[in-house]
Amino acid sequence: MKFSEQWLREWISPQLDTQAVADQVTMAGLEVDAVEPVAASFSAVVVAEVLTKGQHPDADKLNVCTVDDGSGAPVQVVCGAPNVAVGQKVPFARVGGVLPGDFKIKKAKLRGVESQGMICSASELGLEEETSAGILELPDEARVGLDVRDFMNLNDMTIEVDLTPNRGDCLSIKGMAREVGVLNRMTVTEPDITPVPATIDETFAVDIEATDQCPRYLGRVISNVDVTAETPLWMVERLRRSGVRSIDPVVDITNYVMLELGQPMHAFDRDNLTGSMVIRMARPGESLTLLDGQQVALRPETLVIADQAGPLAMAGIMGGELSGVSEITRTIFLESAFFSPLAIAGQARSYGLHTDASHRFERGVDPLLTPQAVERATRLLLDICGGQAGPVVEASCDATMPAPRRVVLREARLEKALSKRLDKDDVADILKRLGFDVAVGDGDWQVDVPSWRFDVAIEEDLIEEIARIHGYNNLPVRRPAARLSLRAEDEAVLPLKLLRRQMVARGFQEAITYSFIAPELQSAMLPDAVSPVLANPISADMSVMRASLLPGLVRAMEHNLNRQQTRVRLFETGLVFNGELDSLSQVPMMGALVCGSRESEGWSGAKARVDFYDLKGDLESLLALGGNREAWRFEPGEHPALHPGQSAQVLFEGKPAGWIGTLHPQVRATLGLKVDAVVFEVRLDRLSQGQVPAFEPLSRFPEVRRDLAFTLADDRPVQALLDAARGAAGEYLKDITLFDVYAGKGVAEGYKSVALGLTWQHPSRTLNDEEINELVESIVAQVQVELGAELRG
Amino acid sequence: MDHLPALVSEARDAIQAAHNVAALDEVRVRYLGKKGEMTALLKGLGKLSAEERPAAGERINRAKQTLAAEIDAKRQQLESDALNVRLAAERIDVTLPGRTQSDGGLHPVTRTLERIEGLFTRIGFDVAVGPEIEDDYHNFEALNIPAHHPARGMADTFYFDATRLLRTHTSPVQVRTMKTTEPPIRIVCPGRVYRSDSDLTHTPMFHQVEGLLVDEDISFADLKGTIEDFLQAFFERDDLSVRFRPSYFPFTEPSAEVDIQCVMCGGTGCRVCSHSGWIEIMGCGMVHPEVFRHSGIDAERFTGFAFGMGAERLAMLRYGVNDLRLFFENDLRFLRQFA
Repeated sequence: MKFSEQWLREWISPQLDTQAVADQVTMAGLEVDAVEPVAASFSAVVVAEVLTKGQHPDADKLNVCTVDDGSGAPVQVVCGAPNVAVGQKVPFARVGGVLPGDFKIKKAKLRGVESQGMICSASELGLEEETSAGILELPDEARVGLDVRDFMNLNDMTIEVDLTPNRGDCLSIKGMAREVGVLNRMTVTEPDITPVPATIDETFAVDIEATDQCPRYLGRVISNVDVTAETPLWMVERLRRSGVRSIDPVVDITNYVMLELGQPMHAFDRDNLTGSMVIRMARPGESLTLLDGQQVALRPETLVIADQAGPLAMAGIMGGELSGVSEITRTIFLESAFFSPLAIAGQARSYGLHTDASHRFERGVDPLLTPQAVERATRLLLDICGGQAGPVVEASCDATMPAPRRVVLREARLEKALSKRLDKDDVADILKRLGFDVAVGDGDWQVDVPSWRFDVAIEEDLIEEIARIHGYNNLPVRRPAARLSLRAEDEAVLPLKLLRRQMVARGFQEAITYSFIAPELQSAMLPDAVSPVLANPISADMSVMRASLLPGLVRAMEHNLNRQQTRVRLFETGLVFNGELDSLSQVPMMGALVCGSRESEGWSGAKARVDFYDLKGDLESLLALGGNREAWRFEPGEHPALHPGQSAQVLFEGKPAGWIGTLHPQVRATLGLKVDAVVFEVRLDRLSQGQVPAFEPLSRFPEVRRDLAFTLADDRPVQALLDAARGAAGEYLKDITLFDVYAGKGVAEGYKSVALGLTWQHPSRTLNDEEINELVESIVAQVQVELGAELRG
Repeated sequence: MDHLPALVSEARDAIQAAHNVAALDEVRVRYLGKKGEMTALLKGLGKLSAEERPAAGERINRAKQTLAAEIDAKRQQLESDALNVRLAAERIDVTLPGRTQSDGGLHPVTRTLERIEGLFTRIGFDVAVGPEIEDDYHNFEALNIPAHHPARGMADTFYFDATRLLRTHTSPVQVRTMKTTEPPIRIVCPGRVYRSDSDLTHTPMFHQVEGLLVDEDISFADLKGTIEDFLQAFFERDDLSVRFRPSYFPFTEPSAEVDIQCVMCGGTGCRVCSHSGWIEIMGCGMVHPEVFRHSGIDAERFTGFAFGMGAERLAMLRYGVNDLRLFFENDLRFLRQFA
């Protein structure tokens, strides 16, 4: 809602400057977005009359005029506007004047002819954004010599209020004035709206079929109107200051009444109406060409204004092209109706439309405003366009009109809600000024809600009204009181915070990537993934929900590689989405990616590049946090995005919990990645599942260690050797360490040497050599049988 | 006896001449050892008369002690010299950087979320999270935003189908918590939210923290106190001015927008605050009775407040980030600034 401050001040004018008024309404919940002058600054521009006009001797398009600017002698000025004419009143910038954009008016010679000033167009005065076609013509009554700023009342501000959807009642000068009146405890001066008596009998019948959607419809025929009349400058200016362009006097008047009172109106060309009006739902197959020229197929849930020939307008949204007022219109049918908010809500949007009318109707227009608006518009029409008004025709349905609402506000509740006891008279005064009828009860107020307040239905609504008018910042401040109660905390669960910190400690930067990604990226890495697809994405490359964190991390890596960052270590935590909507899982994951050198560039480090085992070490450091490292296992596995020989499924308690591996060369090629990267992705709920430590007494007896080296076929995983050895090592095995893996000289082709350090300890005695030797033998035998591994000599 | 002075003098020269601890040891053995020359002198005392003997013995012993002290001193000097040589040889350049520097760090949004969570959990709030693909009911209906409500236009929603959508706020988590928990309820709900808006000041995904407190006798004054405390704690400014402006959210009533005095210019007016001196920072209000009704909480007995804020916005103000889009580009040069 944008309006002229002067216009508002005609209704109510508190002793406050513009900014103070703006601050006041902002702090009452009507947020002022902008306060701007209605015209850019200019000076020494006066009303002048064109006295003579002659052709410039050396330029076809220029005229040499003399004007009377009130200074005494006629002033000669060269003017290029096509519409300049003798007898016209025009805005004239005198020599020494300054136009918007700091344009100084000086004496000049144009093609040899002296020009002492400038006749201005609306755009040259900053009143129009687009360049005007000609000079601005002022009304005949403008007094020569008068400053144009004074004549046009340009020392005015435009106030733009960003209204919340509940305050449709403030979408008018009337509504804003009411609020300002309440805030300043002043009475609002309303314009006189005296009904205009009918001077002709002509009517047009109206019938409401859809009474739920349209409880009230008023119409009036006005004949012999002159649509070619000029809209008066004051009205053009008020519309302009409200951001509405002048079109023709009839449209201007309906817009003016809408801005002034809040009632959207529509004018039909009576001669294009057939039979009678009916307000009904659209019928299957009906369509309508709207005022803006677009043809729409109407859906049955759309309310229309129709005549016997078919739909004329989309009720409360936009009129039709064919039934609208044009320059040849002589008789108009003026509409002022109440459409129920629910009938209009969502309709405009569903057709991709948003109009001043729909904006108001879906928020609620005062149903008692309809007759006032008709009278106001009739008066203005007769004044501006002439003509004769017929009687007002009304169709309405009392049963579907909004029911009057009474809300009880309890004193105790109000006090409890605000932690403050407010003066009872003040409370009643606030409500009354807002238009509520208030009856004081015993410890409460019986409050009748005015017809324009669609947003007030319950006690809390009234509490809010009182709080905001009283001023939120005048209400007390305190801290909530609560019983101190301890809550149990699962010690076995590792907080996400800890897992993140561990990654940070290992040199990873946390990334946050979009949850929706490009479908090609997802299918390149996860061809089998099924995840929900947005119906209305921002763009195609943000249209599918990620089934994995890896695509986003890969893109983040690329972004950095393209910016000279060669060593990238990123991790992310967040949801991944798998499955169709009806069988969807949204699982929090931790993902990580590394590429580039193993260590950050430095003086001491090896220059080696990161590989699988580097990232595996990082992941294992996470697994160790829970104290249940043995619950986790890595098994060779195949994943479409990962190198089949360098990828492992990560298992928690035997169940799949994630993947780790080097990116598949094919995937790298498809995505055009320049470097190798190693990635992992593991379920966060599993990562955070640790265990509470359980103490084991320390043995006072010595440990016994034996180192054993085995030759193992390359296709046998070391994990199997460790498992087999552990299985045969007896109950006093304390630790098993892998301290060397070697292939090459001394080890047969296709084999590797794996060296294990085994440590035994008994809780209550010293282990003797014989029993250890027996265990070693059984280990050797076991791995031989299971894996064909041979003890190296 | 007469050659005692000469012997002492000779021994002293030998001590001074010793270049290392081993040489010094030899000197000590030669003069003070069991078969040393001073010891021999003591042994020769028997040849003297009983009168002369004590005085002579004393002279020899004194000389012996003097030499022993000098040898000790020399030894200490030699040892300290040796140590100094070793230390000099072992000198390293301590200004070289340490090995395997770690340059990891949290994302500024996480850092911000963790700070906010920390401030609230310390006074008894729990952290609650929920799904990001939500249904119409939890995201709108249960929050008193029925279909076609103009407020649906306030948040441009990403839809999957007629009823499934990406949550536009973390309020559904509040709904889910209220449905399953008896008051008192004190939660903060951090997480990703989505709105189909993308320009200089909007990204289609961002992070919110919402809070909810439901108990008996919670008033608007409690809301004001909590929000004021939070903002002053978050910006570590005890004197930060906070103001509450009436506003509208379908799920709270009364509702308020919260402005803080501009943290960039201190309220004098700058580009960040559009020269108003105030910055809109969050929305809040008392839980609407309709929301309680949907969640099965007795609105007569319990009252509560809720608030919500954008983590990116807070992070931008706190750390002076001037471009929202940087948060999701994951540029290491950006991320490393928050380690």
